Amino acid sequence: MRRVRAFFGGIHPNDNKQSTNSTPIKALPAPEVLAVPLLQHAGREAKPLVAKGDEVLKGQVIAEADGKISAPVHSPVSGKVTAIEPRPGAAGRSLTCIVIENDSQENWVEREPHPDPVQLDAQTIVKRIAEAGIVGMGGGGFPTAPKLAPPKGVIIDYLLLNGCECEPYLTADHRLMVEYADEIILGAKLMAKACGARKIIIGVEDNKPDAIAALREKAGAIEVVALSTRYPQGGEKQLIQALTGREVPSQGLPYQAGCVVQNVGTAWAVAKALRDGEPLIARVVTVTGSAIGEPQNFLVPIGTAFKDLIEAAGGFSQTPGKVVAGGPMMGGAQFSLDVPVTKVTSGVLAFGMEESKTPDSQPCIKCARCVDVCPANLLPLKLEAYGMNEQWDNAREYGALDCIECGCCTYICPSKRPLLHYIRFAKAEIVARERQSS
Amino acid sequence: MEELRLLVSPSPHIRDTDTTEKIMFAVLISLLPVVAAAVYFFRWEAVRVLLLSAASAVATEAIWQRLRNKPIRIGDGSALITGVLLGLSVPPTLPSWMVILGAAVAIAIGKQVFGGLGHNPFNPALVGRAFLTASFGRAMTTWTAPFDAVTAATPLAMGAAVSRIPDLFFGSVAGSLGETSALAILLGGIYLFYKGVIDYRIPVGIGATVAVFALLAGENPVFHLLAGSVLFGAVYMATDMVTSPVTKAGRWIFGVGIGVIIMVIRIWGGYPEGVTFAILLMNAVTPLLNRWTRPRIYGQGVKVSE
Repeated sequence: MRRVRAFFGGIHPNDNKQSTNSTPIKALPAPEVLAVPLLQHAGREAKPLVAKGDEVLKGQVIAEADGKISAPVHSPVSGKVTAIEPRPGAAGRSLTCIVIENDSQENWVEREPHPDPVQLDAQTIVKRIAEAGIVGMGGGGFPTAPKLAPPKGVIIDYLLLNGCECEPYLTADHRLMVEYADEIILGAKLMAKACGARKIIIGVEDNKPDAIAALREKAGAIEVVALSTRYPQGGEKQLIQALTGREVPSQGLPYQAGCVVQNVGTAWAVAKALRDGEPLIARVVTVTGSAIGEPQNFLVPIGTAFKDLIEAAGGFSQTPGKVVAGGPMMGGAQFSLDVPVTKVTSGVLAFGMEESKTPDSQPCIKCARCVDVCPANLLPLKLEAYGMNEQWDNAREYGALDCIECGCCTYICPSKRPLLHYIRFAKAEIVARERQSS
Repeated sequence: MEELRLLVSPSPHIRDTDTTEKIMFAVLISLLPVVAAAVYFFRWEAVRVLLLSAASAVATEAIWQRLRNKPIRIGDGSALITGVLLGLSVPPTLPSWMVILGAAVAIAIGKQVFGGLGHNPFNPALVGRAFLTASFGRAMTTWTAPFDAVTAATPLAMGAAVSRIPDLFFGSVAGSLGETSALAILLGGIYLFYKGVIDYRIPVGIGATVAVFALLAGENPVFHLLAGSVLFGAVYMATDMVTSPVTKAGRWIFGVGIGVIIMVIRIWGGYPEGVTFAILLMNAVTPLLNRWTRPRIYGQGVKVSE
């Protein structure tokens, strides 16, 4: 087998996947009311095409993409639009949501399935992916279609499929790979055709041997590579480094290294869209953590509130101190359980009070563990100090903008310092200042 | 679902279980063989010096933090380590008041004036030792033989010709309390390395440089490694996290620099030993080493394939 090059740094947290990694995906019926956000992706908010009082069908476009870096939104159920109003969102800000009352009829809009979508030409594939509202489902939420259509003249050597799921607790991608290997392989082939990639490689962390076996069985000419289990193995830049030995230029994009990276969940969504004609209206979400009664992997209609999910997973087993959307390393803590599941919600984690406490931070003893674990090869302790002291020029010189915000530095710090918090602060200030001066 | 009070905090939401206290505790554990050797060879004098030094260091830290209305953090163990390290690096017969004063200076001038833990540019224990050496030169160079309190010369003062290597290795020679037994120091060093508290680059850099330098100068490299403070300094003093470089390349340069300065002082300098000043000098250039040896950031200097 090909020798797999490692990425820089990384950590080995307890993966805590055991409570859901062998739990089959369960389809969760849609709740009575869904709140579907217009912004579930990186880029511009979609523009609503319906109004209060309108009847909608399942799969009907209810908001259209606004420009190239945007994505349309579809109704996850058939029913009636009861409001278009702001609701709490997973990122802390309110999101404008189309609120739909489910009529439980499951009346689909007319679908356009295709028995062998690989026969379609590249442009058609990209167009259908865009129309299905597919965005990066690993968490970034970047619209998939523009990623598959790089600037003219750029040659894409690799389509890399990210099946690492390196975040602890999450098993949504894991279960998807075990149960939907066919769809993932088909999605990979479709995306490779769309972007003209010569070679497809699927990278999976070696703590998921059943997923690796399931994919290899269907892979054919596609290479499935077992990668060491080390966070953030599934970081886009780290995956490129591990699978191809290449690096994405500083502040550049993967296509500049001849790569397109897509999540396995995205590949599944692409296959569903082109083969079955179903837009992206549901996704797999892992509901787990010490405060969850019966941890589960759910196939959830988008727009389902977190509280409905938690209830379906046996409710809280103890008073929760913190609820996180996504993984524990990069996910966001929630203040409300009315937040709806979006296209990028990979998990809903609930932790008990004791686990949720933020430890007191102590002085930095310059142990340099943050330096050892940083996958971007930065000196996080310096960046933290520059952020704290508002030394923006120094922070920039020391590579603040190359930080991928994986959180390894904060995780490993024996003095429990919020390093990433200050590095984010520095990044935001640097970007704001540069925008101002230009 | 009833009203919940949910904590909102920035990611990551999980933390490693290691803490500053655990690191400090590991350092203290690693000092046990060295302390045991000191007590074995120098008996009650070792107990006296170590207890006074440790107590003075911890008390100075507590008093200073109290006077400045700061939270008292003696529980983190760092002052205790400084006290023990200083005690281990002075002669067994050092008068009690000098021990107490030295430890107080180590904490007050070596550490707290800069802002306390993590902010001091120089190793506090070495600041205390340098202060004692500069102030009480005679007391700091009056040595006794192990087991009985007879005045004796150190191996470095006597030279390689009359020193037995096994004595140097096991520690049955005159010298500072914790610096005579290479065996005890190596045991502690291996433990620290195993626990991930120290990086091998600094002690290996120092040791290799001292050995190579000695060879080139036509002296016995084993003698130079085992005599004096080289091993104790390389394992316990130079590896102090706060005052040594954070980059891998920086640590190599730091170690090699210390080794060179030690040998220059030993061969051409006015003192028989140079470990204290070698480490303090390299502590001073640590910020520069950190700046000059930054690793290449992911993606920087990478050509765009168009």
